Amino acid sequence: MPIIEIIFYLFSAVLIGSALSVVTVGNPVYAALFLVLSFFSAACIWLLLQAEFLAIVLVLVYVGAVMVLFLFVVMMLDVSAVRPRGGFAAYLPVGLLVMLIMAVQMFLVIWTRGLETQPMPEPRPVGYSHTSEIGRLLYTDYLYAFEIAAVILLVAIIAAIALTHRRRPGTKAQDPGQQVKVRREERVRLVKMSADGEEN
Amino acid sequence: MLTLAHFLTLGAVLFCIGVAGIFLNRKNVLILLMCIELMLLAVNMNFVAFSRFLDNYDGQVFVFFILTVAAAEAAIGLAILVVLFRNRGSIDVEDLADLKG
Amino acid sequence: MTIQSLILLIPLLPLIGCLTAGLFGALIGRAGAHWVTILAVAGSLLLSSYVAWEVFYNDLPVLNYSVYTWAVTDGIRFEIGFLIDSLTALMMVVVTFVSLMVHIYTIGYMHDDDGYQRFFAYINLFTFAMLMLVMANNFLQLFFGWEAVGVVSYLLIGFWFKKDSAVRANLKAFLVNRVGDFGFLLGIAAVLFYMGSLDYAEVFAATPAVEGQTIAILGQMEWQVMTFICICLFIGAMGKSAQVPLHVWLPDSMEGPTPISALIHAATMVTAGIFMVARLSPMFETSVTALSFILVIGAITALFMGLVGIVQNDIKRVIAYSTLSQLGYMTVALGVSAYSAAIFHLMTHAFFKALLFLAAGSVIMALHHKQDMRQMGGLARYMPITTVTAWLGSLALIGFPFFSGFYSKDLIIEAVKLADRPGVAFATFAVYAGVFITALYSFRLLYLAFHGPTRMDEDTRSHAHESPLVVTIPLILLAIPSVLIGYFTVQPLLFGGALADAIHVREAHDVVAALADKVTSPFAFALHGFVTLVFWLAMLGVGLATYIYLFNPALAERIRQRLGLVWTILDRKYGFDELYQRVFAGGGLRIADGLSRGGDRFLIDGVIVNGTARLVGRLAGVARQIQSGFLFHYAFAMIIGLVAIVASFVLLR
Repeated sequence: MPIIEIIFYLFSAVLIGSALSVVTVGNPVYAALFLVLSFFSAACIWLLLQAEFLAIVLVLVYVGAVMVLFLFVVMMLDVSAVRPRGGFAAYLPVGLLVMLIMAVQMFLVIWTRGLETQPMPEPRPVGYSHTSEIGRLLYTDYLYAFEIAAVILLVAIIAAIALTHRRRPGTKAQDPGQQVKVRREERVRLVKMSADGEEN
Repeated sequence: MLTLAHFLTLGAVLFCIGVAGIFLNRKNVLILLMCIELMLLAVNMNFVAFSRFLDNYDGQVFVFFILTVAAAEAAIGLAILVVLFRNRGSIDVEDLADLKG
Repeated sequence: MTIQSLILLIPLLPLIGCLTAGLFGALIGRAGAHWVTILAVAGSLLLSSYVAWEVFYNDLPVLNYSVYTWAVTDGIRFEIGFLIDSLTALMMVVVTFVSLMVHIYTIGYMHDDDGYQRFFAYINLFTFAMLMLVMANNFLQLFFGWEAVGVVSYLLIGFWFKKDSAVRANLKAFLVNRVGDFGFLLGIAAVLFYMGSLDYAEVFAATPAVEGQTIAILGQMEWQVMTFICICLFIGAMGKSAQVPLHVWLPDSMEGPTPISALIHAATMVTAGIFMVARLSPMFETSVTALSFILVIGAITALFMGLVGIVQNDIKRVIAYSTLSQLGYMTVALGVSAYSAAIFHLMTHAFFKALLFLAAGSVIMALHHKQDMRQMGGLARYMPITTVTAWLGSLALIGFPFFSGFYSKDLIIEAVKLADRPGVAFATFAVYAGVFITALYSFRLLYLAFHGPTRMDEDTRSHAHESPLVVTIPLILLAIPSVLIGYFTVQPLLFGGALADAIHVREAHDVVAALADKVTSPFAFALHGFVTLVFWLAMLGVGLATYIYLFNPALAERIRQRLGLVWTILDRKYGFDELYQRVFAGGGLRIADGLSRGGDRFLIDGVIVNGTARLVGRLAGVARQIQSGFLFHYAFAMIIGLVAIVASFVLLR
């Protein structure tokens, strides 16, 4: 068995196992960590497919950012408040049945249309840059889509902040706008006094 | 010998696991979001595999965009989740039935 | 200026006057309003007279031209056009002359009314509409004028719209006229269907081709097409010219101000039906059946409506029933193909009946809008001019020799005697009896109002005086043609062929021509009039009225009690109103009520509108059970859908 196939089956097994664990494990922290593992395995399989850039991006973006975000949220929320899962078994039979039907259908599609005879292409030549190929496409053919994706990310940032931001009463934060708007009458009180210093 | 079907099968299995997760998980919205990530990963897996076997980079560009949107979706979804928890003190799926007719 | 543009000005002047007085009435004030409108009508009268002069004396050829094409659809042209021949010219002069008199009279009659400008705008609009009607060269414009005069009539009957009875009367007039117009419209539609045109000339040209065709009505009954068309058109005339049984609106229309009773409901609009039949004489000539129908309807109207006039106490209603009766005479003349005699009577009647109405209006003014003759009497002392003109009008009405009414009415009676078609026997009796009745109610009116002991209360009597000049001058100006016009026009109009270019009578039907040797000169004819049965019947009526109402008033009461049943029938106007009220109004109400209950409230509201809403509500109630609100249920639904789609990939490849 060539080394590539061994690597594929190894990482596939890890991927499927960790994905199953994400679904079945009770603690969301564990689930997040298993999700990290599955992303990592997927990235390795993508390396087999010579999609190096995407594999790295997957690890950096997902493992480095999104999953850390998940962990933050899990920890921010009071995990103990989340009740232990119950009723899992009640829905298991019908859920598994549907899953099974779907899996069988997808296997039928995949394994009966000549896809199973398509061999791996030859490896790319040495020095071939997959990253520059993607970059060339992104900045030419997909420039507008790329920019729109950037805007979507910006909107997501603003939306996430707007959603979660809350103004706490009683904080001593300054409001420069209010400070600039102040007028003399609000700050200065003129008091008439007699020369000897007694208020009249 | 590895063929395209192997990779597609891997994607299909991942997708089924993700769907099953959404369907079986009754307690935690966080896990729901993770399941969605799994399903997206399965789709991305297919894209990458097809891109390699058909020698066409457009599929990989698509994966790139999916990653972008998925990141945005995760950020907003988690923000909603935080607000939800703040308002209700719970992220139980079975507590979220406001759409009930 | 060509004669065409002059002719165009004739109807346009009153329209301009109407718009000025109607839209800027507040701006130009009361005097401005009457000056504008009177000048407009005077201009129309002058131009009409000029056109009539050209037609009758300078032999202007018949003008038939289109002014404006409104629409062309499927080869049928809808146009505004004028047909100027002797009939039109005559009608134009009559309409504008009477209209002018009424305009002037209105200055006095409506002096204190708030709606002064509005009234002038209306009567100017009426003049415009009536001129459009008589000048039309096609059925569409005829129908436009027909409906437009109907609308103005409606507006003017209800002029005092705060008065409940006036509003009811105008509604009644409108509704009854709709019945007639329904027939009229059917007739026009049939003309369009069979002749393929609305233009008079083209229709007349196509008439011989249609004659003899039949049409199946009400199943298997075969009718002559021409008979069907003519009767339909005449039903329209029955509505507008108030023939039995569509006459019921005319007496009630007396709720309107008196000037419009004179103008619209005596002189012009109600004669539109007569004019229409005369104008369409080439068509009516083709159907003896239709003419017989017209003859019988006219005879019934002439006789029975006159009878009702005897028992009325409202001075205007007496004249209104007299108008009905005289319209009956005209219709009888049409029925015996004496179209020119009908038009001749139309003209003379326009003058003397307008005169009588205006005289009655003068009386009503003097008595502060009291119209009951039982509270009049002896007015001759206070109102000499009104009295004299009313006498002249009445003499013309009863057909006293040398007066205009004598020529027209006597000729109609002679024509009926000569005619030969179904219904003539009854018509002959009706017109003879009508003469007696006319004389009776006319002189009853004169005696009750102007002579004998006064029955006015003290307050009224102290205010009774002759009307101002703007009222008496129109009376005098109308009295002149009432007396003289018959003498001067009978020869040319009826026997000189002045109307020959407009009225076409078949030789076999031409009773007027047969009369020609009888009327050698108007003077001799009038002298001969003194020894006829007609004259002595009239004298009998006059004598009876004189005896009863002048010398022996108690007798009237005794006769009334003796003939209780007859009197009641007459007083109830044969129960037409009650019949219509019960059958049509009541039946209509019941049908409407049933439709409202069964159709509207149950079917539409209950089943369709609310039923739909209830059904949707129930279905939604069922459907909402599906909406559990749980995310995983929705996800499950999506997954089922996904499975189905993939299944279709697998199974249907």
